[in-house]
Amino acid sequence: MRLLSARLSARRRHPLAGVVVLLLGLLVAGGVYTSVAPKPAEANAQQQDLIEEGRKLFLVGCASCHGKNAEGIETARGNILGPPLIGVGAAAVDFQVSTGRMPMAQTGAQAPRKQPVYSEEQVQALAAYVASLGPGPAIPSEEDYAYEGLSEEEIVRGGELWRTNCTACHNFNASGGALPNGKYAPTLVGVEPVHMYEAMLTGPQQMPVFSDEVMTPEDKRAVIAYVKALEEDPNPGGLALGSLGPVSEGLFGWIVGIGVLVVAAVWIAVNGVRQK
Amino acid sequence: MSEDKGAGEIQPRYGEQSGGVPGNPEAMDNPGLPEHLPRPTDVDPRLAQRAERQIATLFGLAALLSIAFCVAYFAIDEHVFFLGTRASNLALGLSLGLALLFIGIGAIQWAKKLMVDHEITEERHPAVSSEEDRSAALTAFASGAKESDIGRRPLIRNSLIGALGALGLPAIVALRDLGELPGDKPSRTVWTRGMRVVNDVTGAPIRAADMQLGQLVNAEPDILVENEEDDPEGEENLEGHEMLNAKAKAAVILVRIDPKDITPYPGRKNWGIDGVLCYSKICTHVGCPISLYEQTTHHLLCPCHQSTFDLADNGEVIFGPAARTLPQLPLGVDDEGYLIAMSDFQEPVGPSFWERGGEEDRSV
Repeated sequence: MRLLSARLSARRRHPLAGVVVLLLGLLVAGGVYTSVAPKPAEANAQQQDLIEEGRKLFLVGCASCHGKNAEGIETARGNILGPPLIGVGAAAVDFQVSTGRMPMAQTGAQAPRKQPVYSEEQVQALAAYVASLGPGPAIPSEEDYAYEGLSEEEIVRGGELWRTNCTACHNFNASGGALPNGKYAPTLVGVEPVHMYEAMLTGPQQMPVFSDEVMTPEDKRAVIAYVKALEEDPNPGGLALGSLGPVSEGLFGWIVGIGVLVVAAVWIAVNGVRQK
Repeated sequence: MSEDKGAGEIQPRYGEQSGGVPGNPEAMDNPGLPEHLPRPTDVDPRLAQRAERQIATLFGLAALLSIAFCVAYFAIDEHVFFLGTRASNLALGLSLGLALLFIGIGAIQWAKKLMVDHEITEERHPAVSSEEDRSAALTAFASGAKESDIGRRPLIRNSLIGALGALGLPAIVALRDLGELPGDKPSRTVWTRGMRVVNDVTGAPIRAADMQLGQLVNAEPDILVENEEDDPEGEENLEGHEMLNAKAKAAVILVRIDPKDITPYPGRKNWGIDGVLCYSKICTHVGCPISLYEQTTHHLLCPCHQSTFDLADNGEVIFGPAARTLPQLPLGVDDEGYLIAMSDFQEPVGPSFWERGGEEDRSV
């Protein structure tokens, strides 16, 4: 190696050296350019078609609340009919539309999860259109949320993150809980990993944002793995009562438990054995 | 059995009293108790025998179920499942529950069908002692007081009072020595100027620029976690019991709110970084950790008693039993762009305590 560099350095003043360096430079620059150049025109046109299709769907299904250019609509009294969607990114669209939360059936405290209205391709088109309006989080790729094969240690760490960041609203057992004024945190049982990831990324409705910079993709994956592990945990026995914690259990204890005891006591006292 | 005798014992008392109300001719006579009727098991010995067998069977079943509990306890592996439920728990619960139930049913059947069932009245005794007992006690006390001469010898009396009073001193000294006085500990946390605000659990420091609108981070001071940024020669991290104690007071939440929604108190304008605000995570009511945050309303809700704080308005209480605003931590940014505390909290965190004053600790 040293020999080679010594030989090269000895010939650096050769008359042809400049030409060789120039050729090498051009070659490298061309190669780099072809590898990082914008995508071929064909792919770009496809993307344009998708955005155009999304725009059409948007004008029909979303513009009445979100505005024709997704700029959002504020009512005369200052209420927000639909928030602006510029910069919310494809992830927010995919979460809201493919879980059926959008389009909303009626206004209310919260958009409930329901049967999705749009097909997967239509959701893709809508997401592409909204993503084209301003930079925002993209739909996560599968390796971001693939939780299978995570070690037990990782799942335990996910549990720690879960208890610190999520249980205040979603309950220790991921079965959701109540928020003020008719709002609620939905259950996470049976929710697709991609939707959990998107929810953390975009903070839909009342949920705060847990961005990738602060809660890294590994952290998010661990949380998803923990929730899925909770889901697979078999019932240890007894009535779970929806695993909603002390409210449902207390209600059951007071009404059903004490009620049965009172009825049984009355029945024992009333039902005589005496001959009439 | 003995039903006829039983019915006779009860009658007279009420009759005398209510019939004897003077000047009230409408007063009703005590109707007494209804006529005592025999039960089938009282008349028919065969029925009585059958009831006896039934009750014995119930008690026997309960005994068998108790044995079944023990068998299930050792025999059923905890990894066996039955209808989606842990079979061992199911068997233990069912056997023990049914054993108790059968004992209960047996006892009630026994009482209702076989035990003697004549009606009885229980008379209530007066709460006052008898006249002789009371006068005897008073006499004894008076003679004791007279014979001890305590009235005539005030020196003895007063020195005795002094001796008994002085017995309190050892108690006070011994209790005082149980531990040092808290001093200003309840008013301080481990936050100091320049300490980084890091993620709870992962310990990663947080860049101000990485906080997005609507973001929530459950965070804690750098001193409580080991992370790569730690200077090996720098200050030691707290550990174990001390760490838990410090964490219980110093836990915080970070949020980023649109700066135009924030209405800071005078003097708090520079406590946030472009809408990034840091508040104590400990509720000022009874100290529950709070992190139920609604990003669109900026409300933070305590799960214990529904105290609600408005984080865009200096942590003011807008609902619930909490009486004090949520303490805010002044934030800054260090050379590398990470969030740091500019000082400790300016008021004690958590619930009120005895030594804490009224208004003077409002840090405005």
